[in-house]
Amino acid sequence: MSTGASKLDVVVSNVVPVNELVTRFHFRRADGGLLPTFSGGAHVIVEMRDGERARLNPYSLMSSPLDTSEYTISVRRDDLGRGGSLFMHGKVRPGDRMVISYPVNLFSLDLRAKKHLMLAGGIGITPFLAQTAQLAAEGGNFELHYSVRTAALATYAGDLRARFGRRVSIYHDDRDERIPLDRLLSSQPLGTHLYICGPAGMIDWARARAAALGWPAETVHYEHFAAPQPGVPFDVTLALSGRTIHVAEQQSLLEAIEAAGVDPPYLCRGGVCGQCETNVISSDGVFLHNDHWLSDEDHASGKKIMPCVSRFAGKSLVLER
Amino acid sequence: MGINFRTETFRDDFSFRNSPEHIRRFPFPFHEDSYMYAVNIEPHVAGPAGSVLEHPIDVDEHYVSEMADRALVLAEDPLRCQSLPHMTLAGWDLLELLMTAKAESYPEHFSLTRDGDRWHWINRPLGIDQKFLFGDLTTLPYGPMEYITRQSQGDFCILDQRDGNLWMDAGIVTTQADWSLDFDIGMNFFEWHAPVPLAHEKGIFTRALKFLTNVQQGKPARRLNWTMTINPRLDTSPENYHKWGPDRATVTPENVGQKVHLRVELQSFWRLPRSNALVFPIRCYLIKMDELVTSPKWARRLHRVIRDLPEELATYKGLTRYRATLVEWLARYDDGTPTSPGFGPE
Repeated sequence: MSTGASKLDVVVSNVVPVNELVTRFHFRRADGGLLPTFSGGAHVIVEMRDGERARLNPYSLMSSPLDTSEYTISVRRDDLGRGGSLFMHGKVRPGDRMVISYPVNLFSLDLRAKKHLMLAGGIGITPFLAQTAQLAAEGGNFELHYSVRTAALATYAGDLRARFGRRVSIYHDDRDERIPLDRLLSSQPLGTHLYICGPAGMIDWARARAAALGWPAETVHYEHFAAPQPGVPFDVTLALSGRTIHVAEQQSLLEAIEAAGVDPPYLCRGGVCGQCETNVISSDGVFLHNDHWLSDEDHASGKKIMPCVSRFAGKSLVLER
Repeated sequence: MGINFRTETFRDDFSFRNSPEHIRRFPFPFHEDSYMYAVNIEPHVAGPAGSVLEHPIDVDEHYVSEMADRALVLAEDPLRCQSLPHMTLAGWDLLELLMTAKAESYPEHFSLTRDGDRWHWINRPLGIDQKFLFGDLTTLPYGPMEYITRQSQGDFCILDQRDGNLWMDAGIVTTQADWSLDFDIGMNFFEWHAPVPLAHEKGIFTRALKFLTNVQQGKPARRLNWTMTINPRLDTSPENYHKWGPDRATVTPENVGQKVHLRVELQSFWRLPRSNALVFPIRCYLIKMDELVTSPKWARRLHRVIRDLPEELATYKGLTRYRATLVEWLARYDDGTPTSPGFGPE
């Protein structure tokens, strides 16, 4: 059986520009009822129907898990992306009907932690908005360190400071402020867990320093928000369904497979959950792996691909789909 | 139409029995004439009206008496109910799941009124009327998991999910087939399944864990498991082995029909929303051989399954001592005619 997430019919109840790059979207249930309860760190997949095109992108829920009258997400405009964020910013209006998935949490708090140490970079702040709301309500011990480019782009920094005071520290790139990572990692009480959400470089940096300073891997949690990147178009043969498909520049391989009427299971659409893992039957070309699921060995083998984020360049690719 | 709750016992005089309607709805676990482990997991969606799968959480005629038996077990041995400190939130999740499911499926017996965090729960069969604040431990007589599972048939394990594994970090276990929560508490999925024969070699636990860690909110799953029990005893725990183990030597050709019970577990798996933990209810259904053979198909099939069961499985399920007697008794109900596919009585 498939383990994909169930879906929810929602209405866009509000669209709020937050700053030059980020806009917040509020969703309410179309039937007027309460949305499902969720846990801090969960995301939903938002289905964007843009004429003939369907894009399905994951966004972290940032609203308080204690309030299920609405869900909110924040979308950063990515002018070089595949157009999902531009669609959200440019076309989605209050009153629109949309379909989102049930919440799925792949970035869960470890509730055994004596303290939660959170590191956010840029739009990676969104899951921490929900997690801090959840922890604050339970009297949980947390500390949030948030790195932003400029004060003007410090999304929700003011709200977080107002809500949690000195438990939140902001670092501005344009003022040459940096998260004092080694000092933080060296001065935590036993039983502290580390959470990182931000650009890949920040995650790699924090994981490497934590490992070097003796943090057990089980206490380090991170979420990559690797949206699929656009790329050179390519053709793929789906052996089981007997179809040949074309993956357009702005389309992910998974979306192209779905557009052909084949529905692989998925949860994250961001290269981390493993659900859409697909066997390669044959290939003549180069894989452009962008996932965090397959091992380096798998990547080198040419036998597997994660179609949600990875692409291909070459003469032919035949997949077991 | 309400449920007609029976007054009966699962110990001492063993007055437990199934009404004719309950025999027909018994979750017979064999869809063919032989049995081997498989990852037999399917979506936990509504089944036919009247079946144990009609509602997401089944309540049946044994409810009131099973809850009385659970209270007796807990009074003797409080360690049957344990929750590690980080699992309290999951306990509230479970309380919400069970209260809402029961109130929705059985409005004549249960009701739940919610006004924000102010909840009002009425359980008519057990005579409970409780107002409390959701999330406030001081407003209930027990922790949330213990409170609601003292009012819910079946055992409950709450599994914390972290590091790509599941951890047995809370539960209430009083109707178990010879395993111990007190022994397993804090163990991970591979550790607590270590004693099961054959399945490891088949890679079943690795695949099952991969499936379970991906169970999503709103999409519960289920499977059936089975064993056999002598006398309709719910509490066949290792802690009380001295009470029930010797029963296995008491089976004779004359008493098979009354003493030997097929014990089926309906196991389901649910993602809990606030804690992201997984709850694993294990609901036990018992049926006497005399009751089971009222379905000729079930009788023929059970005879073939028990007769042909691999030795390791028979040993693991504790059947060795009385297997020959049981097979001989069941053979009388097997004329060799084919059985139809599927689980139903005919």
